[in-house]
Amino acid sequence: MDYNKELDARGLNCPLPILKTKKALGELTAGQVLKVISTDAGSVKDMEAFAKQTGNELLSSQPEGKEYVFFLKKK
Amino acid sequence: MAQKRLAIIATKGTLDMAYPPFILASTAAALDYEVQIFFTFYGLTLLRKDLSGVKISPLANPAMPMPVPMPVLVSALPGMESMATMMMKQKIKAKGVASIEDLRTACLESGVKFIGCEMTVDLFDFKREDFIDGIEYGGASTFFEFAGNTDICLFI
Repeated sequence: MDYNKELDARGLNCPLPILKTKKALGELTAGQVLKVISTDAGSVKDMEAFAKQTGNELLSSQPEGKEYVFFLKKK
Repeated sequence: MAQKRLAIIATKGTLDMAYPPFILASTAAALDYEVQIFFTFYGLTLLRKDLSGVKISPLANPAMPMPVPMPVLVSALPGMESMATMMMKQKIKAKGVASIEDLRTACLESGVKFIGCEMTVDLFDFKREDFIDGIEYGGASTFFEFAGNTDICLFI
């Protein structure tokens, strides 16, 4: 998937992946896509909840080995 | 949709109890909530510039996981609190959990408003210059001005 910015959230624990995702989205313009890579298993559910509550669209959420890869489209 | 609002009263000044207010406030701010934390009694110490006094004690805390079983009287020995705090901080770092300083900064950067309890400052003879900048000071009715119109209100 094409993306405009990548956020490496590996090794970070709750709530840091979400806080950094919010910050990174703030640097994008509407419609741009952010890729997030996390190792925190809790971030799978949290990213869904974040997208639902902020209106930024979670385009995909996939485990890749021990990592979790998310694509979010900025509202 | 109207912006949601969260109010928290932070009353505890130990390392473990410092986490919930800052984690919840910073996360709520990331979810576009308007957030205020009212720091009172020991909670006010979480706003000090120097957070080295924020510690954790194994004493009177039977739920605290210890590497080896620790009799209560041993936990009471001098230095045990510092050791427990050091071990906890090492674990926090190793597990990628944010420090209290980092979460506090994240709160401020995302617009969380901190209210320091004026009465507590007076009661404990605290000095305002010992606290970080950007705090408002007020009392219970200052808290209710915001808390009276919130979606979530927590006492921690």
